[in-house]
Amino acid sequence: MSNTDTQGELWEVFIQSKPGQSFKHAGAIHAFDREMAIENARDTYTRRGEGSGLWVVRSKDIVSVTPNEEGYFFDPSNDKVYRHPTFYEMPEGVKHM
Amino acid sequence: MKTSLISQEELLLEFENKINAEQKIEPLDWMPDEYRNHLIRQMSQHAHSEVIGMQPEGNWITRAPSLRSKKILLAKIQDEGGHGLYLYSAAETLGVSRDQYIQWLHEGKAKYASVFNYPALTWADMGAIGWLVDGAAITNQVSLQRTSYGPYSRAMVRICKEESFHQRQGYEIMWKMMEGTKDQQEMAQDALNRWWWPALMMFGPHDSDSPRTSNAMKWKIKRETNDHLRQKFINKTIPQAELIGLKIPDSNVVKLSDENYQTSDINWDEFWKVVNGNGPCNEQRLAHHIKYHNEGAWVRESASISNPK
Repeated sequence: MSNTDTQGELWEVFIQSKPGQSFKHAGAIHAFDREMAIENARDTYTRRGEGSGLWVVRSKDIVSVTPNEEGYFFDPSNDKVYRHPTFYEMPEGVKHM
Repeated sequence: MKTSLISQEELLLEFENKINAEQKIEPLDWMPDEYRNHLIRQMSQHAHSEVIGMQPEGNWITRAPSLRSKKILLAKIQDEGGHGLYLYSAAETLGVSRDQYIQWLHEGKAKYASVFNYPALTWADMGAIGWLVDGAAITNQVSLQRTSYGPYSRAMVRICKEESFHQRQGYEIMWKMMEGTKDQQEMAQDALNRWWWPALMMFGPHDSDSPRTSNAMKWKIKRETNDHLRQKFINKTIPQAELIGLKIPDSNVVKLSDENYQTSDINWDEFWKVVNGNGPCNEQRLAHHIKYHNEGAWVRESASISNPK
């Protein structure tokens, strides 16, 4: 593998398709600085009005859970069924709940 | 880490269970080397094809017959560049840098779609390329939206959304020419004659001669075989040709049933000749890419020393 990457850092691109919606990962681009990153992201991922908002972040700055850890990382949530509304019993006929 | 205690067999089993359950494989997941290498080869070939594919069409930008057609052609070629970038960034998640991918292309170790080694001789070729070459690519890419590797699948979804404009603009060019003068009709027919076979060749060798198909199918990198996809393309394209008065350049076309056609076999000698580097434009396409990559080196260098903000 080559260590001589001459094409700038890798940045992850997130698009918000409409105001009020969540930003969604779209892919990645290469760029040498923040301004170039946001412009490259626009030219690459929003040629058809796909976005009302755009985020770029250096790929190396993203923190993620590795698949090997997945199991025990998310463990704490598995035994708390009472966090879900369907856990609770409701009397017949109750409205607006 | 727990992982060191898990054997290769267990990892493979878990990997295959995931694939059988139609779950996507993501970049940090364990995957067999053979799966990773197949993807590195296929995705980079795909990315290079998008970028090299800009050349035959780029040839016609300055000679497009109207402002409308020039704007459309520019937008289409920009899309192809964009598709290359989607695919490179997806391919980079396999742990290979973009520089490395480009170096393999320049060294001839990575391939691109052979169809781009044919020249675009007339304006009608812009029609034939959009209609047939993009049409064949779409047939393949629609199927690849369901590929098992997550980043590849997501890039395909994005690309398929954009490709249908490409095919329609090509077909529109052909249709307009078939509605035009006798010379224009002949030009359109000539373009079909030259691009029909190369388009069918885009699906690759027969399944029986495609050694890598079986693992690719088992691991759901490919979802449909070469021959199956080629037949799909033939079946939808022949009626499109007939509708606008074009004749398929194959005297053995037989309509078997409503939407099923039989055609002659491909000239496989020509196929392998072009794959192995001896098509009409192989040298030119690669030389062009290398030239502009090298001439752009100073831009990359000066960008890299600019003040990071």
